[in-house]
Amino acid sequence: MKKSRQILNEQELQALLQKLAAEISETEKTQGPFHLVGIHRRGVILAKRLLSLLEGPKRKLGSLDINLYRDDFAQSSTMPVLRETKIDFPVEKSRILLIDDVLFTGRTIRSALNAMMDLGRPQKVDLLVLVDRGGRELPIQADLVGLKLEVSDTENVAVRLKEIDKEEGVWLLGGNT
Amino acid sequence: MNHYLIKNVRIFDPENHLDQVGDLRISDGVIAEIGQNLNANSKETQIDGQDKILFPGFVDLHTHLREPGFEYKESIATGTQAAAAGGFTTICCMANTEPVNDNAAITRYILEKAQAAAAIEVWPIGAITQGLAGEKLAEIGEMKSAGCVGISDDGMTVMNSELMRMGMDYAKGFEIPVITHSIDANLSRNGSMHEGQVSCELGLKGVPAEAEDIIVARDIYLSQLTGCHLHVAHVSTAGSVELIRQAKQKGLVVTGEAAPHHFTLTDEACREYATHAKMCPPLRSEEHRQAVIAGLSDGTLDVIATDHAPHATIDKEIEFDKAAFGITGLETAFALSYALVLEKKLSLADLLKKLTVNPLKVLAKKYMGIQKSAPANLALVDLNKQWKYQVSESFSKSRNSPFDGWDLQGQVLMTWYQGKRVFDRE
Amino acid sequence: MAFDFPHILSMSNLSREAMEFIFETTDRFREIAGRPIKKVPALRGKTVINLFFENSTRTRTSFEIAGKRLSADVINISKSASSASKGESLVDTAKNLEAMSPDILVVRHGSAGAPLLLSKMLKARIINAGDGAHEHPTQALLDLLTIRDHKKNIAGLHVAIVGDIAHSRVARSNMIALRTFGAKVTVVGPKSLIPQEIKSFGVGVSYDLAKCIDQFDVIMMLRIQNERLGLTPFPSLREYSNFYGLNLNLLKCAKPDVVIMHPGPVNRGVEVAPEVADAPYSLILDQVKNGVAVRMALLYLLGGGENL
Ligand SMILES: [Zn+2]
Repeated sequence: MKKSRQILNEQELQALLQKLAAEISETEKTQGPFHLVGIHRRGVILAKRLLSLLEGPKRKLGSLDINLYRDDFAQSSTMPVLRETKIDFPVEKSRILLIDDVLFTGRTIRSALNAMMDLGRPQKVDLLVLVDRGGRELPIQADLVGLKLEVSDTENVAVRLKEIDKEEGVWLLGGNT
Repeated sequence: MNHYLIKNVRIFDPENHLDQVGDLRISDGVIAEIGQNLNANSKETQIDGQDKILFPGFVDLHTHLREPGFEYKESIATGTQAAAAGGFTTICCMANTEPVNDNAAITRYILEKAQAAAAIEVWPIGAITQGLAGEKLAEIGEMKSAGCVGISDDGMTVMNSELMRMGMDYAKGFEIPVITHSIDANLSRNGSMHEGQVSCELGLKGVPAEAEDIIVARDIYLSQLTGCHLHVAHVSTAGSVELIRQAKQKGLVVTGEAAPHHFTLTDEACREYATHAKMCPPLRSEEHRQAVIAGLSDGTLDVIATDHAPHATIDKEIEFDKAAFGITGLETAFALSYALVLEKKLSLADLLKKLTVNPLKVLAKKYMGIQKSAPANLALVDLNKQWKYQVSESFSKSRNSPFDGWDLQGQVLMTWYQGKRVFDRE
Repeated sequence: MAFDFPHILSMSNLSREAMEFIFETTDRFREIAGRPIKKVPALRGKTVINLFFENSTRTRTSFEIAGKRLSADVINISKSASSASKGESLVDTAKNLEAMSPDILVVRHGSAGAPLLLSKMLKARIINAGDGAHEHPTQALLDLLTIRDHKKNIAGLHVAIVGDIAHSRVARSNMIALRTFGAKVTVVGPKSLIPQEIKSFGVGVSYDLAKCIDQFDVIMMLRIQNERLGLTPFPSLREYSNFYGLNLNLLKCAKPDVVIMHPGPVNRGVEVAPEVADAPYSLILDQVKNGVAVRMALLYLLGGGENL
């Protein structure tokens, strides 16, 4: 039997987002405002939610699909569904906060950075993740982290959001009982 | 060695008023004795004919042996061995070799080769025109003297009506039948299958049924004009069946032939660009197939002939429109034809006629069949045998059969030619 | 949906859902065409061979751009009719290509069914880029996408396909695709260029363009290909143009929102009058633009995953 354990419930997740929004505001005080770019699929939803929690300067929202930049395309046996890459502001010289749900090997972020660079040369890119579960295979670190977890290789962290999932919260899946 | 006693076999030759279970003795190349409870002598091989049937050997009016010139497709040796495996003891080989059989020297060459290498009787058919080019008459008289039994430009149609009239007049003078391959060359230009729904969907240029009808109609009129015996080979359309039917009613000397693939398959077999279903005349639609069967049933079509047309893989494993026309057919002909008996479209006696008596009649040859002192040309068949045709085991050099893997009923077990057992499935 | 087609050989294999999925994927690639850097690394390390037995600069270039924008290694091989007649058969060609282990083979061939034959002999994925008078699936996909861009729903539209229906692979692929989407299709042309059996595609037939032009939402003109006709089934290009060419005068009778399409290259003044080809209701350039995006989508969809 695979174990499944809830780490955050809906309210706790909401509180975590509040905390992250506050941290974004704090960072912007010294560095100036960011545009928020979410990575499909849950990063896009998180970016949208964070934007609604933020006040003050006008920030733009973008979405990024990284499938065309994956380094495992040739090996994957299922065909990924391509989603819209939509960034309505000039990437050139902008300050971007890249947003994803879980940071694991770092490969998704590598792909996202490449995808971003093809759209223009940003002045600075920061990374925000809801959960950093460790296990990096590339030298990539997040600037803003909601929750840090030490998770073994046999386990998986799942973020579920009510916009696309039946439930909301963070779960730890797998591992041995 | 060549002495056999076939015991308790159904001996079937209605032409000689034979349909009885009994014994038949083969000795010194001939049928020595037909009777009951015959005893084997010491030098005889005894064969148990229980539940089997013994036919006179079949005659194929339409075979391509490919020798000389295309020995990579077939040779006289391999082609006649395949024929023996199909129960045939006589085959007529078409003239489209390289060089073309359009003069007595080639005819003699084929007969000499056959004498040395053939498993069974080979009768050459000579060309109507030199090089099958449709321009000048071939030396029909000399070819007849050398041994040709009929003339045909098979594979081509003599498009010049004046020349065709001359050929038929000339052939009539020498009492040799003219066998026609009927397709209007212009109307069928670049066509590679039947013109119909399937060709339309596949985007392949089609050959309309009318391309055959037009030539059959013309040749029937020329037969009327010249009095020459017209034998229409491999009839594939409802139109030409009807034209031959009417010609016979008028009392003209016109006969017709059908090939097993035309009464077994339709143009649907060409889907997926299956080149083993590419032949000339093409496989037609279901209504044409039914008309051919009806023509066989009512006697309009006198003969079943194989149009055995072997081709090597390099001629067939290519683009459909570039692939060669034709399929092998000697080994599957009997079982595919017997299906008509099982479907009650033909009686067994009528089927046998179309494989023996009638082709000989077309060539004005005497029929001997099964009778005392006749040459022992015989086919032993198991009519109930269910079997799978495996083209990989064919005696032909070529493998171009659309019937590979087909489940068939009725199998030739042994064949004797002039008393010699030329095929034994065991 | 799972896109599990090993090859793109015929529109008859593609369901409406599969085509919708291709269109969705195409939308992603149209976005890339608007970027300063029009290249993505998706097919890096993959080999695409454009194997063209017939000349077609347009289609070949379109596939070439598509492959290069996906970072594939694109190799063009043109086999002229003369080299084929020197004795190298399609089987020989296939065996030689196999040694180069291409991932995707884009095939244009004068014989119907040639891409199917290659798909049976090679491990590579095959895209039919036009085979004889059989099919031209990528053209139909880009045509439908272009129609969808301008008319939203394809279902319920009445589309005319005008010209040499008998010899047209574009017509066959479009008839199948449009019928799959529920459009009404009428083929129009001289009777000598429309086979009787065309009705089995579920289309209507007219021999009089002037009489029925007011019914159509979309008019697709086909290219008259003299070289493929042999004996011409019509007396002259002039007479053909008079009865089956599109000019401003004839278009006065068409629906006000009619759009005109042509797979190109246009014989100006024969199928389409110059002022019609350049008019705002002419979608000819949109077709070209969509061609690259559709082909990128197909290369991407066939190039991913493990090639079996
Ligand atoms: Zn023939």
